Order: sequence, then structure tokens, then C-alpha cells
Amino acid sequence: MTVREALLLAGQLLGLLTALVVVVLSLIWLERKALARFQNRMGPMRVGFHGLLQPVADALKLLVKEDLVPTWADRALFWSAPLMVFVPSFVVWVTIPLAKEVVIRNLEMGLFYIVAFSILPVVGLVLAGWSSANKYAMLGSLRSAAQLVSYEIPIVMAVIALVMVPESLNLVTIVEGQRTVPYAALQPLGLALFLLAGVAEVGRTPFDIYFAESEVVGGPFVEYSGAHWSVFFLVEYINTFVVGVLVALLFLGGWTFPLVPEAAWLGFLWVVAKTYLVVLVMFWLRGTLPRLRVDQLMSFGWQLLVPLSFANIVITGFYKFYRWPGWTLTLMSLALLLLAGWLVYRRQTRPAAATAEEMLARARAYRRREA
Amino acid sequence: MSGIGEVTVGPFRPERPLDTVEMMLNMGPQHPSTHGVFRMVLWIDGERIVDVEPHIGYLHRGSEKLCEGEIYSEIITLFDRLDYVSNFNNELVFCMAVEKLAAIQVPERAQYIRLILCELNRIASHLLFYGTFGLDAGAMTPILYGFRDREKVQSLFEAVSGARLMHNYFRIGGVKQDLPADFRDRMTWLLGELRRGVDECDRLLTFGEVFLARTRDVGNIDAQTAIGLGLTGPNLRATGVPYDVRRADPYLVYDRLEFDIPVGDRGDCWDRYYVRVQEMRQSLRILEQALGQLPEGPIMAPVRRILRPPKGEVVAHAENPRGDFGVYLVSDGTDKPYRVKVRPPSFCHLMALKHLLRDCYVADCVMVLGSLDVVLGEVDR
Amino acid sequence: MPAPTAGQRPRPHAQAPAEVPISEKAKALAQLLQQTLADLGPDIGGSLGEVVATVAPEHLPEVARRVKESPDLAGDLLWCLSLVDYQDRFEAVYHVYSTQKNHRFVLKAGVSQGEPHLPSVMSVWPGADWYEREAHDLFGVVFEGHPNLAPLLLYEGFEGYPGRRSYPFYDYQEW
Repeated sequence: MTVREALLLAGQLLGLLTALVVVVLSLIWLERKALARFQNRMGPMRVGFHGLLQPVADALKLLVKEDLVPTWADRALFWSAPLMVFVPSFVVWVTIPLAKEVVIRNLEMGLFYIVAFSILPVVGLVLAGWSSANKYAMLGSLRSAAQLVSYEIPIVMAVIALVMVPESLNLVTIVEGQRTVPYAALQPLGLALFLLAGVAEVGRTPFDIYFAESEVVGGPFVEYSGAHWSVFFLVEYINTFVVGVLVALLFLGGWTFPLVPEAAWLGFLWVVAKTYLVVLVMFWLRGTLPRLRVDQLMSFGWQLLVPLSFANIVITGFYKFYRWPGWTLTLMSLALLLLAGWLVYRRQTRPAAATAEEMLARARAYRRREA
Repeated sequence: MSGIGEVTVGPFRPERPLDTVEMMLNMGPQHPSTHGVFRMVLWIDGERIVDVEPHIGYLHRGSEKLCEGEIYSEIITLFDRLDYVSNFNNELVFCMAVEKLAAIQVPERAQYIRLILCELNRIASHLLFYGTFGLDAGAMTPILYGFRDREKVQSLFEAVSGARLMHNYFRIGGVKQDLPADFRDRMTWLLGELRRGVDECDRLLTFGEVFLARTRDVGNIDAQTAIGLGLTGPNLRATGVPYDVRRADPYLVYDRLEFDIPVGDRGDCWDRYYVRVQEMRQSLRILEQALGQLPEGPIMAPVRRILRPPKGEVVAHAENPRGDFGVYLVSDGTDKPYRVKVRPPSFCHLMALKHLLRDCYVADCVMVLGSLDVVLGEVDR
Repeated sequence: MPAPTAGQRPRPHAQAPAEVPISEKAKALAQLLQQTLADLGPDIGGSLGEVVATVAPEHLPEVARRVKESPDLAGDLLWCLSLVDYQDRFEAVYHVYSTQKNHRFVLKAGVSQGEPHLPSVMSVWPGADWYEREAHDLFGVVFEGHPNLAPLLLYEGFEGYPGRRSYPFYDYQEW
């Protein structure tokens, strides 16, 4: 590597960091505004036009806030934990293409690299929880370990089923393979698996078990404040964005579908638009759903998502081996998805749909008895 | 188990170092989902709760003792501060006790005004419950839906009594002042808004898959145990016992109004939640009728400024949003009561916590506490 | 309502004791209580529509058991337990409600001031738990048979019994 190359790489990484910070700020603003829409309110309005500068103000506030360390904390681990969480979620960006040429290093094993790095933050989270010397943090970090490791499996399996179609781990090749039909149409089940497990992986509602404000009060981050806490916050949003980008690239056709723009910047816009769409879906989930309990999370992952992801590989195998037409895979995938939905629906001991009327009927029966 | 600094984990056996030990987790008094200053000490094995010890008293202000040093009309302000989410209901119970003792006939209009305000307060309180329960479950939106409608009720309270939280509006023998001139219009508008709001709240949360998973068959209690522990109000009705003071021992003008008492059948968190949602609808029904019947006339019975009720003792109780709220009042014939004992429903509900949290997860513990809907102001007094 | 002028002002309520006619239901209830507790020598009275049975403190658990298990009284819900300090004695007041029969009655037991002891009724009504702890906390009445009389409302190490009439009203401890 020459000096020139090294300087170029450093410049690219610096640019990437800046871009990520801007993206995170925009995501924070978007989330607050979107949630406000769901909840019949305005969201931030005062700082800048429609509160556009609110995330900047918040970030500045966080940076100048006092960084407290609990007396009994293990200082070295306590301070290195945010770094351990940050580095993996940063380095995956090295191989994520935002358009055909907009990528730092187009690795042949790109997807493998991303998946391998995406499990590493769990170490940082466990260390954060352990070193805080706080029982809530401990509980939260153990939850995070269980959750992240469990949901890594459906993600990896969904990715394996996906790469069977273009027979490549290179992200650019995968995207180029979706010129006619995006893989979301080919593998709706794969999309559902990847999105659900991805939401769980970044710990967003309904899978925010390890932050769980109302149970473990912020989980591993409960003792963090100021700049260190904001690193965790940054990572949370970067990861959200990574999931969004990956869904856009792997399933929604990236820059190639449905139009194939000539200019690279148009493709870039395409990808970003799709990514924000996926991220908005995640915000929508957050505005609507309550949180699962930890055992329900585990059984959902192991009893439903993992078997489904294996089934996904099997049906993709049939499709590849016998060279069936694409719509057969779509149909099989949809059938499995519906089956899964029905299983979830059936598991729940749900009150009869007429419960409201039943309740009142019981009340009336009592009144008659009384009279 | 009483002390704070006692053994926090189970016995450690050096010969088997990989054995698990129970961890003591101190939930509260600053925990965000203990709804006030309440502390429970949990012994947990992983995520499972082995034992729980509730601790109360952080908000003990000696209200009962303070009552002994105030003249009757001043005590109403103290009652405002017991259950601070349903102030009108509290004031009502104290006024009813003194009126019963001194044989004061409250004018009809005042009774209707009281009833309307109490029912509105029930809705406001249940909307708060709805919001915080959603928050306990991890959903963010319910609290904003709940507060949107609660705000409308609160501004009506402000118009009527001049205060948003500590109203001090009921008087012994009536109410402080007459309703504002546009009360009827505002109420008509408000009832429509509330009906729409309650339906919307119901649609958002009640039959959601995740919400059902979190609340169905969590924290079950059967009717017999619930009665033995003194549970009342929606928490008792969720177990299927249709005990409602408004029906069992009618006060104000409830015997002239048509309404149903929703009851659950399993006594789990979902039932406790849904009974409350249904109760809001019934309250709206009551309000509509009461508004139609609201008569003209005086709002205050002739009562001495410094009241000296005759010697004796009296019990008054009413259906608060939380349950059967009562006052036991002993008078010695002077201008101050001899003894005031408050019977707060939440006190008994917290007592039941130990029974409800058997074989639960830490996350359930938050849901069960939320579904009991306790207000620490009246627990600690 | 315009303020009434001095001449028209209706006569405010005087010191007349409140007369509440005793209803048939209350009469029947009193009779029922008399029957159930006959051999324990209860003193059945009434006050403002409530039926009150005063019993000796040592009989309390037995009385509680009987009123709960009697099919006609069925006092299954201990509505409230209050202590009143009459300076020469304490009076424990048990308000009992029956969810099956929808009636309420009151049990009372006096106890002397010196070293007040009362038997616990927790075995009959588990809901008496915190009421008894509270009474112990504020009045210093010891409930025998209660498993855990730790301070409930007051903090540990609080001196004195603030519920009692003799506790100074305006001197309080800062904490």
C-alpha cells in the first residue's frame, strides 16, 4: 500500500464517519417526527425549521454533559465497551455499496464479512453491563447476549437462502442480479425473516427487550452518560440504518429495480430512498406495538424463525436444483409465511372476538339475578 | 427479610461453584415503572421471580393524623392529596361522611354536579391507567392517546373548579360554586370526543397480538383469594365478582341511572385492563343520562361555617376509580374530628402483589403492578 | 345561588343528633349476629345504620372465623381495620362486608392502653396483614400471631407512635 492509497483510504473512512453522523442525526429527527405523527402531536418544532436542528442541539448537549463513572465500575472495561460496540457497526460500512461505484472496498465475500461483524457488538454490550456494577445493567446485558445470539441464526440462514439465488456473496453482484425481479418477490419469506430478525438484532420495539425502559431501565446503558452514552445511541441508529440498507440491497433491488438509472448519483438516491422506507417501517412498528417478554422472544426466535429459515433454504434448494420457474419459489415462500402467521395467531389464548359483548352480557345476567 | 442490608443472595456453596444463586433486585423507589415511590425487593433466579417483598411508606404524610388537627371544612384539601388522580371521588367520600353524621340533606343539583364530576374523574383516571399500562408493556403511543383525551377532561375540571389537580371543589353540604354557563355545551362536545377517544384507545391496544401475549394469563387471581385479600373495584370485578358500590350501596343519585357493571372471568392482567376500558364506556353512559337529568336549583345546603357534628361515628364509602374508597369518621362533638381512618383500595391491591407475582418473570412484575393501578398517595397516606 | 340575606337565612343545622331509623335489614342482621355469637357474649348495637357487635378481644379470632364461615353472615371481605385511641383504651374496629349477601357490619374490640395486645385475624382474612402492621406501626398495638410486624408506613427506627392522641401534633422529626 502506497502512501497515496493509505491517505485515500483514511479520507474515505473520515468521510464515511461524517456521513454516518449526518445519517444518524437525520434518523433521529425522522424518528421523532414520524412518531409524533403516529401520536397526534408535532414533535420538535422550535430548533430550526420544524426542529431540523434539534438532533444537533441534543448531540451538543450530550457531548458537554458530565461523564459519570459509578464508584464500583471496572473503569477500563466501562470505557472500552462503547468502542467495542462502535467499531463493528462502523467497519461493516467498508463493503456496503450505496450505488454501483459508491463503495469503499467491493469485497468478494462482502456479505459474509458483514454478517461476521454484526455479531461482535454483543461483546461490548455484555462488557458494558458487567462493568457498570449495576444489577439492571447486568440483567439487560445478559438479555442482550441471549437475544443477539439467538437472532443471528435466522439472519444468517435468510442470507444463505438469498445468496443461493445469485450464487455470490458480493453485494454488487447480488444487486445486479435483481434487474428484472427483486428478491423480495422471489423470497417474501426471506424478507420477513431478515426484517424481523434484523429488528430484533438492533433491539427495536417489539424486541427492545434489553433496553426495556420500563423493566431494566435502559439495560446495559443505565450507568452511562454524556459522550459514552451517545456512542451507544449512535450505534443503535447506525445499526438500524444498516438493516435498512441491507434490506434495500438484498431484497428490494438496490439501485437496479424498478428503473435502472444511468447516473451513479441517481442510483444512490434510489438506495437511500428505499433504505429510509424500510427504516420508516421500523419506526412504525415502534409507534404501534408493545414489547415482548424475554421468554416469548426466545420461543419466537427458536421455535418459529429458526425452523422457518431452514425451510426457506430447502425450498430455495428445490428451486435451484430442479430449475423451476421463479413463481414457484414465490408461491412456496408465501405459503410458508402464511403458515407461520397462522401458527402465531393460533398459539395465543385469545379472548373471543365477542368479549366486549360477553362482558356486558354477564353484567346484565347479574342484574337480572339481583332484581 | 425486613432489613435492607441483610443477605442478598442465596447460600454460596464452595464445593459447587457453578451453582446459580438468587439475586436480590431492588425495584424502586426510583424505578420508572413503580408508579410513584414504591419499592419492591425481588429475589430473582435468572429472569424468574422467586420472592417479592413490597415496601411502602415513602409518601407517608400522616394525613389521618393531620385530619385530627383541622376543622371539618379544611380536611377536604387533605383528601384531595390522597388519591391524586381521582380527587373529586376522594372529596366526595369525606363530604358524604360528614353529611351523614350531621344529617345534612344535599340539594339535588349539587348531587348531580358531584356525580358528573366523579364520573368524569373516573374516565380521566382510567385514561391515565390506559396510558401507563401501555408504557409498562413497552408501547409508547397509548400514553399519548390517553393524555390527549384526559387533557380535555382536565380543562373542563379547570373551568368548573378553577384547578387542574387539587380541586377542593366539593363542600360539606354541596359544592363550592355553580357550573359555568356553557357547561352543557362543553359536556356534549366532550362526551363525543371521549367516546371517539376511548374507541380509538381500545382499537390501538386491546386485541393486539403482542399485548395479548403480555397480559393474557399473567398475574391471575381467583375470586376467593381476591376477596380474602380485600381487593375491590376493577381488580375484583376482573375476577368475576360484580361488586360495585354504586350498585351495592347506592349513593348520590346512582339508583336513578342505568348502567352495567363489566366483569372479567379469569382475573388476569388483560381482564383488569379490559374491565377498565369497558367502565369508561359505562361512565359515558352514566354521564349522558346525568346530564339530561341535571336539575336547576340551589347547590349548597345551609351549613354552618364551623361545623360541629354530633358525637358519633360514621362510615361512608364510594366507588373510586381504584375501588371501594371509604372513610371511618369518629366525632366527639367538637369542630375537629376525633379520628379519621381512610380505607384506601390501593392499599389492599398492593397487599395482593405477593400473591399475584408467583412464578412470574421480571417483565411480568411490571405488568402486574401496572394492571393493579395503584396510587401511592392513598396507600401511604 | 344568591347569598341569602340575614332575615331569610334558613336556620343552620343545630346540634341535634342525627336520627337514622333502623331499617328492617339492619334489625335482621343484628339478630343474626346475636345468634351466631351468642355464647361469646357480644354487645350488639347500632350507629347511623351500621350494626356493631362489640366483643372481648380474646374472642376475636373465633368471632372472625364464625362470621366468615356462617352461611348467613358470610363476612368474607375485611373492608377495613381501624384503631381509635380513646385515651383510656384503644378500640379496634373491623368493618366486614359480605360480597355474597351484600351487607356490612362492624366488629369492635376494646383493649387497654398499657401494653396493648390483640390476636391477629390474618388466618381468617389474609387481607388483615397490612392493616395490622399499620396499626402496630402507628399505635403500638401488638398483634399476636402476625408473622411479620415490621414497620410499614414509618421508617425503621422511628420513635413513638404517631397515631396516638398523646403524640405531639406539631413536633415532628425531620428525616
